[in-house]
Amino acid sequence: MALNAKIPAGELASKWEKYKSTCKLVNPANKRQIEIIVVGTGLAGASAAASLGELGYKVKTFCFQDSPRRAHSIAAQGGINAAKNYQNDGDSTYRLFYDTIKGGDYRAREANVHRLAEVSANIIDQCVAQGVPFAREYGGLLSNRSFGGTQVQRTFYAAGQTGQQLLIGAYQALERQVALGTVTQYSRHEMLDLVIIDGKARGIIARNLVTGELERHFGHAVLLCTGGYGNVFYLSTNAMGSNVTAAWKAHRKGAFFGNPCFTQIHPTCIPVSGDHQSKLTLMSESLRNDGRIWVPKKQGDSRKPTDIPEEERDYYLERRYPAFGNLVPRDVASRAAKERCDAGYGVGSSKMAVYLDFASAIERYGKTEANKQGKHDANKATIIALGKDVVKEKYGNLFDMYAKITGENPYEVPMRIYPAVHYTMGGLWVDYELMTTVPNLYALGEANFSDHGANRLGASALMQGLADGYFVIPYTIGNNLADDIRTKAIPTDHPAFVAAEKEVSDRINRLMGIKGKESVESFHKRLGKIMWDKCGMGRNAEGLTQAIQEIRALRKEFWENVRIPGEVGEYNPELDKAGRVADFLELGELMCIDALNRTESCGGHFREESQTEDGEARRDDENFMYVAAWECKSEGQFELHKEDLKYDVVHPSQRSYK
Amino acid sequence: MQHYNMNLTLKVWRQKNNKVKGHFETFQVKDVSSEMSFLEMFDVLNEQLVAEGKEPIAFDHDCREGICGMCSMYINGRAHGPWHETTTCQLHMREYKDGDTIVVEPWRAQAFPVIKDLVVDRTSFDRIIASGGYVSVNTGNAVDANALPIEKQKADESFAAATCIGCGACVAACPNASAMLFVSAKVSHLALLPQGEPERKTRAVNMIKQMDAEGFGSCTNIGACEAECPKGISLENIARLNREYIGAVFSGSAQG
Repeated sequence: MALNAKIPAGELASKWEKYKSTCKLVNPANKRQIEIIVVGTGLAGASAAASLGELGYKVKTFCFQDSPRRAHSIAAQGGINAAKNYQNDGDSTYRLFYDTIKGGDYRAREANVHRLAEVSANIIDQCVAQGVPFAREYGGLLSNRSFGGTQVQRTFYAAGQTGQQLLIGAYQALERQVALGTVTQYSRHEMLDLVIIDGKARGIIARNLVTGELERHFGHAVLLCTGGYGNVFYLSTNAMGSNVTAAWKAHRKGAFFGNPCFTQIHPTCIPVSGDHQSKLTLMSESLRNDGRIWVPKKQGDSRKPTDIPEEERDYYLERRYPAFGNLVPRDVASRAAKERCDAGYGVGSSKMAVYLDFASAIERYGKTEANKQGKHDANKATIIALGKDVVKEKYGNLFDMYAKITGENPYEVPMRIYPAVHYTMGGLWVDYELMTTVPNLYALGEANFSDHGANRLGASALMQGLADGYFVIPYTIGNNLADDIRTKAIPTDHPAFVAAEKEVSDRINRLMGIKGKESVESFHKRLGKIMWDKCGMGRNAEGLTQAIQEIRALRKEFWENVRIPGEVGEYNPELDKAGRVADFLELGELMCIDALNRTESCGGHFREESQTEDGEARRDDENFMYVAAWECKSEGQFELHKEDLKYDVVHPSQRSYK
Repeated sequence: MQHYNMNLTLKVWRQKNNKVKGHFETFQVKDVSSEMSFLEMFDVLNEQLVAEGKEPIAFDHDCREGICGMCSMYINGRAHGPWHETTTCQLHMREYKDGDTIVVEPWRAQAFPVIKDLVVDRTSFDRIIASGGYVSVNTGNAVDANALPIEKQKADESFAAATCIGCGACVAACPNASAMLFVSAKVSHLALLPQGEPERKTRAVNMIKQMDAEGFGSCTNIGACEAECPKGISLENIARLNREYIGAVFSGSAQG
C-alpha cells in the first residue's frame, strides 16, 4: 500500500492557509447529525472535543481516569512554545519551524511542522481568553523563558505547572460543552477495540472500568488522543495508567505505526532509588535555564558536592557545546550524562547521576535583586538569601517536589539527576489531515508520530497537543465528513459491533482463565528491563536481536503464567493493567524491530554502530530519510512501508550545537 | 540522609462495592524502605496479596507527581496524611518508623460514594465545573494575548487559586463535607481575571447551586480544608466566593 501524506501543493508557508480556504465544509444542520468519538481527554482530546462540540458535532469522550482533568498532560511542567516574538529577540514562524525540524534531526514532515508553528500563536491567544493564568511581568504582559534547542525566548509558562493550567483550560471548555449537551463524557472507561464497517472506523468497544461491562459506541469518526507509550519501559515519567492499548488495537486493525523506536529520554529526572521504584519524576527542562550540570573531574570522587572546588568540576555540557551550553536538546544532554556516568564520573550512592547546580544562579539573581532594592554593598549572605527567593518564585514547586522525594534541600546542595524515558515521538502514522491509514480514524497529540521527528524540543508537546485539537482537526475532519453527511448512525447491533465485542470479551476471559503464578506487575518490570537495557539510550544490532527473542519468550510466558485476581464484572485494576501489559509486550517487539531496521543514529535513536569520532549521532540521509510506517499482519508479523521525507525549504545538515 | 527498613501494621478499609458495607482489614508489611513513597509501600503490599492469592487493595492514583489529583487516601485521620501541602503520592516512608500502625480510609462524604476499597466517585466535581467553572469563549474567538495586560499581582493571585488539583481533600477533611474550598478556588481563579468578568455573577450562583444539589455540606468556617489542602489553597478564596455570591444575589442579576 502506497502511503499518501496528502500534503497540499504550493509554497510551504501558504499550504495551510490555502488548505483552510479550500477544504470542504459541513453545514451546521448536518453537523448536528454527525457523531464523533474522542478517546483520551488530555490536551489533544479535550481541546478537540470542546472545539468540535462548539462547532455543533455530537461528541462522546472517553477516559480511563475518574475525570478528564486527570490526563497526564497535567504533569507537563515547563511551558509551551509559540512564535509570538514578544521578546523582540528575532523569533518568527519560520524560526520555530526551523528549530523544530532541526531539533527533530530532520525526520519530521516539513508541511506539518510549519503548520504547527503557524498556529502556535493562536494557541496562546485562545488559552489567555479562557483564563489560563500564564506568568506575567510587572507591566502586565506575558513572560517568556528559554528552552533547549533554541536561542530565543518563546516559551510561555505558569510557574512549573503549565500543563496543569492548559489542561484545566481545555477541561473547562469541555465541561461547558458537556453542560450544553454537545459532548457526553464517559469517565473510567477504556477503549478496548476499534469497530470498522465497510473499511471505515465507525465506533469502539469500551469497557466500563467500574462495572466491568462492555459497551458499544458508534461514531462517524473516531479520534485517538491517547498519549504516548513510554510505560513500555516500566519506569518512565508517564502516569501509572498511561498506556498504548487504544493505539495498539487500532494498529492491529490496520492503522500503521510510525517510527515506533523514536523515544525521548529526558535528561533531568530524579534518579532511581531502589527496586521498589514505581515511576520516575521529571525535573523540568526550564531548570536548565539557570542550573548548571556538572560531575567531578576525578573518577569515583566521593566528596560532598559542596566540598568540591570549582576547578575540580567538569561542566561537561558547557565544555562540549559552548554555543548552547546547558540548553542543548534533550537527546544530546541525556547521552552526555550517560557517557560521563558510564566512564565512572557519576555521583550519588548509585553513581548513576550527575549534579544540577543552582549555586551560581542564586548568586547572580541575588546580586540583581540587591541592586534593585538599592542594597549596593550587600554581603554574601544577604545576596544568597535574596537569590534563593528569586529561584523559589521561579521554580519553587519543583524544588519542593525534589525535597519531598529525596529528603535533600536543593537550595543548599545540588540536585542529583539522571535521564529517564519521557515521551514517544513515534505513534500512529497520520497524513496531513491527521487521519491514520484506517479511513475516519484520526490520531492527535502524542498518539501520532507527526511533528517531532526523532527528537522533540522542550515545550513543544503542549503546543502540538493543542494545535491538533483546537486548530487542525476542526478543519480537517470537516473536509472528510462532508462526504459522510448521508451516512445515518449505524445501530450497534450491526454484526461488526457484535464481532468486535466478542473478540474483546474472549480476550478478557482468556486472560482471566490463565490463573498462573506471576503478577502483572512482575511481567511489566521484566519487559521494562529488556527495553531499557537494549532499546534505551544506546542501541546496537546484537542487543536488539536478543531483545526481540526475549520479548517473544516473555510474551509466551505471560500468556501461560500471569495471575489476575478478582472478577471480570467488577472494578478490577489488575485486569485493566493485564490488558495493557499484554499490548506493551507486542509493542516492545515492534519498537526493537524498528530500531534494528534503522541502522543510522538520529535524534533520540542512537545506534552505537553509527556515531562520529566525538560520539555524536551520525545520520544516514541517503538510506534513512523516511518515516518507517509498520503494518501489522498478525501478532509479531509486521511489514515496513516507507514515506520518503522531502525537504523543499530546509537543507538537512549534521546537527551541531557546538 | 540515613535510609532504613521497617515493618508496619496497616489497617485498611475494604469495601467490595457501594452496595455492601465495608470493614477494616489488618495487614503486616515487612521490609519497607524509608526511600519508598507511600503508594510504593501499597504496591509492595498488593504484590504480597496477589502472591497469596488474595485480592489487592483498590486505590486511586495516576501521575504520582502530586499534580493529577487522583490519589485520595485518608491516613491516620488526615486527608493525604501528615505532611503539609503534600498529596498521598508524594508522602514518603521516612515519615514512619519500625513498628508503626497506619490506618487508611477512603474520602468520606455523601457526594463521594465509595466505588471499591479506597476508591471513591468524584464526578460531582465535574458537574460543579460544568455548571459554570469556565469562560464562555469558543475556539477561534480570541484577541492577541498581550492586548489585555493584567496586573501581575492579580494574575499571581488568580494562578494561586487555579492550582487546585480537584482531589477532594478539602471535602474529606471538612466535618460538614463541604466543597466550598474547591468551588471558591475556581470562582476566584476566574473572578480575579478580566476574562472572567462577564459571567462573574452567574458563575458564583450556579456553581453554589450545583454544589448544594450534589449533597455537599455547608461551610461553618472551620478551616480544616485549608489546613489539609495539598496545594495550599487559601481560605481567603471562600471569603471571596461569599462576596461574589452575595453580590450576585443582591444585584438581582442572578437568581440564587
